[in-house]
Amino acid sequence: MFRQAKWDEPLIFELSHPGRVGYTLPKPIEEVEVEIPEKLKRKSPLNLPEVSEPEVVKHYTRLSEMNYGVDSGIYPLGSCTMKYNPKINEELATHPKVSFIHPYQDERTVQGALKIMWELEQWLKEITGMDRFTLQPAAGANGEFTGVMIIKAYHLDRGETQRTEMLVPDSAHGTNPASAAMAGFKVIEIPSNENGTVDLEALENAVSERTAGLMLTNPNTLGIFEDEILEIAKIVHKAGGLLYYDGANLNAVLGKIRPGDMGFDIVHLNLHKTFSTPHGGGGPGAGPVGVKDFLKDYLPVPLVSYDEEKDMYYLDYNVPKSIGKVKELFGNFAVLVRALTYLKIMGRDGLKEVSEVAVLNANYLTQKLKGTRGYELPHKELRKHEVVFSAEPMRKETGVKALDVAKRLLDFGMHAPTIYFPLIVHEALMIEPTETATKEELDAYVEALKRISEEAYTNPEIVKSAPHNTAVRRVDDVLAAKKPIITWRMYRELKEKGEVDY
Amino acid sequence: MVKHYIPNSAHKEEMLKEIGFSSIEELFADVPKGFIKDFNLPEGKSEYEVFLEMNEILGKNKTVLEMPSFLGAGTYFHYIPAHVKYLIERSEFLTSYTPYQAEISQGMLQALFEYQSLIAELVGLPVVNASMYDWGSAMAEAALMTVRLHRGKRKKFIVPKHTHPERMQVLKTYAKGPGVEVVTVNWNERGQLDLEDLKEKVKDAAGVYIEMPNFFGLLEEEIQAVGEIAHDAGAYFVVGVDPTILGIVEAPGELGADIVVGEASYFGNPMSFGGPRAGIFAVKNDPKLIRQMPGRLIGMTKDAEGKRAFVMTLQTREQHIRRAKATSNICSNEALVAVAAAIHIATLGPRGIRELGEIILKNTAYLKKRLKEVAELPFDGVNFKDVLVRFEKPYKEIHEHLLSKNIHGGYYVKPHFPELGEATLFAATETTRKEWVDALIEALKEVV
Repeated sequence: MFRQAKWDEPLIFELSHPGRVGYTLPKPIEEVEVEIPEKLKRKSPLNLPEVSEPEVVKHYTRLSEMNYGVDSGIYPLGSCTMKYNPKINEELATHPKVSFIHPYQDERTVQGALKIMWELEQWLKEITGMDRFTLQPAAGANGEFTGVMIIKAYHLDRGETQRTEMLVPDSAHGTNPASAAMAGFKVIEIPSNENGTVDLEALENAVSERTAGLMLTNPNTLGIFEDEILEIAKIVHKAGGLLYYDGANLNAVLGKIRPGDMGFDIVHLNLHKTFSTPHGGGGPGAGPVGVKDFLKDYLPVPLVSYDEEKDMYYLDYNVPKSIGKVKELFGNFAVLVRALTYLKIMGRDGLKEVSEVAVLNANYLTQKLKGTRGYELPHKELRKHEVVFSAEPMRKETGVKALDVAKRLLDFGMHAPTIYFPLIVHEALMIEPTETATKEELDAYVEALKRISEEAYTNPEIVKSAPHNTAVRRVDDVLAAKKPIITWRMYRELKEKGEVDY
Repeated sequence: MVKHYIPNSAHKEEMLKEIGFSSIEELFADVPKGFIKDFNLPEGKSEYEVFLEMNEILGKNKTVLEMPSFLGAGTYFHYIPAHVKYLIERSEFLTSYTPYQAEISQGMLQALFEYQSLIAELVGLPVVNASMYDWGSAMAEAALMTVRLHRGKRKKFIVPKHTHPERMQVLKTYAKGPGVEVVTVNWNERGQLDLEDLKEKVKDAAGVYIEMPNFFGLLEEEIQAVGEIAHDAGAYFVVGVDPTILGIVEAPGELGADIVVGEASYFGNPMSFGGPRAGIFAVKNDPKLIRQMPGRLIGMTKDAEGKRAFVMTLQTREQHIRRAKATSNICSNEALVAVAAAIHIATLGPRGIRELGEIILKNTAYLKKRLKEVAELPFDGVNFKDVLVRFEKPYKEIHEHLLSKNIHGGYYVKPHFPELGEATLFAATETTRKEWVDALIEALKEVV
């Protein structure tokens, strides 16, 4: 039986003992007195913890023990593509030749870094069927913003100021409509049909001279391949719009199918998903954006280029219609190192193996779980990288919700699926095993879900009150929103007023 | 071919058979004909071969350890205590995702709550999010936020002309979406924000922004007055700050800031060619501001047994709930970078943070004193890290000479501010060594 470490670990502030220090700084070069203007001098107290190095190490080690990562076990969080992160990626990303270089160094002294970026771009171009990439975006959503800003710049450049609408399927990731809105577009939602794919008739009705583009992921968030993609591309292009590929689900087609061949004009990739760089509890990621030739003049500056004559890599600021910058400097370089390392090890054959086994694993799990009481499989049966089951029958019959199923799974030392997404499936359980799960893990996951079904129908309380074996029991998120305590500062104030008892 | 990252690579046939499929192709039967093809990519290699190859490529980089560097301008060489890297490399932190399932993610949630708390103490505002991409994206989102707070009735965001150029470019890109008008205010003869120019332009502004220290490396002495001018005009006051200064300089929250942004990665994170980084985003404890802020917030609450627990909270602002109406599209942030910063700040403690600021101040003063021997200073004031100097000769020539002496000079400012002439920023931090500075001055004397 799984048992997560359970420490009564205080906040670092509560470990403080006056006088202790955690680090010794070097002496200044010269003892000179520099006066800070009186009105700028710090007068408010600096309420920081005073702890020694061993205490810091023990504190964060204990916290890490109360955290679950990909290295802890299966993590089939749908649409997040939580695959194993090879350790060699880490070793190279934290290499001194990466850590200790300054972004403004003379290009001649950072040829290695520029070569890595240039090489990575060549791989990504071939993988997606695009012609040019920016590696600047810091995450998928930052990439989406870059992409829709490029779409905006393209239309404005052609004088088509009326193109103010961005089409987004109702099954899309929340970042799609949010990114489109940030770029100033009006978001038009396109409904899905009974197959779980884009409703072509609705799409036909939605496109107009106001259409700037359609944002789509293929396969979509249900794990279903949009098999009418060529028709979709035709409708959007005929209306004068561009087709944007959300690469969050690229793992399903990696090494086999290219967005560029399906009619997409612009693509973002999530290096932290498909290219096996660790997610770090929510970042850093990287969200490179690739475009077809006709859009390359709009990419953010600088691009990385290669001068064959001089055999030199350089930062190219000559991007005539650039949207500008979406992030400082050149992007999350250390993440780019990880991705390139992974690509070189996998190669053509390995990348193809990724999608094939990821799809096999998803379908294996689908077939093994199908027919279990309480879970329903809506839409088409054949899935790509992920599958969405509905726990609606279970909720109706036993009162056990998708949330409870998720919490109960934690008790078995397995990470929960994504729940309540996509919004078009009631009580959704979105499972993405990825190619790095073993057959035994998949079998155990199915077993756990079956056991939870049994419990729901015989002893629902144990599911509803789960989890039992984690560091803390079910967390009160309503209280957290009702009485926000975001920092130690806020906590101290409320504590003094006697308004919190935890 | 069986792949070592893909366990079931070895079991494809039996698994297919078990679920009633005859081949992998059948699993891709829904893909239209012609889409599936062989890619023009190299074959995979062994880990050892790639290790050698990457080492060779990386070997072409010359680090600041091999070549003393005086580059700053927004990216600084700080030393990171070894245990910080060791702790964030713990795979339970490193390989986890956004803590959607709070009960099994308490470690990351508490670490991020501590990050928020430590930053709150430094900047003097009680509400801090779990990170933005970097200072630039945080500042740009702050600008959009001040416009939202005025319900679009005010669209002007005021920034000093001498805002960091990278940040300015990010701001301008973000501003294009909702049509925010970026208005710049001049600097005065001391290289600080011109208050008279600000007063003329502040009418109907949604927000006013200032940096501490500014792009020229100077402390803006009238920061409080800038805040007062902003508030008198009904605008929000946004301060961008390098947090390594906050042990010696008053917290921006105490100086009147409504929103504080800045760069958290100066603590705990290497330069890594400029990324990853982490943007600070903090606001006053005002529901109106909290409702409009972007990004993820970790809150303290209790569990079913009444025990203290942590959870992502106030998510109704965020894209996965509000979709097109969210306060921002940010999803993945820079959580691990933030945790590294937190560990470093906690390690330094109040005394270390003060000392760090003092050492940087003194090292900068030494660098400045020596630079005065060879170049002119367009502006004088209190410098922190960066010092702006002006040469008579084109800096390009000087730079080549320094390179030939295995010294990396400063950041050439002229492309951004041609009115300053051959202006260049040289920077010092606590890592700067006296012999490096002396060698720099010697080399400069040979060429200027």
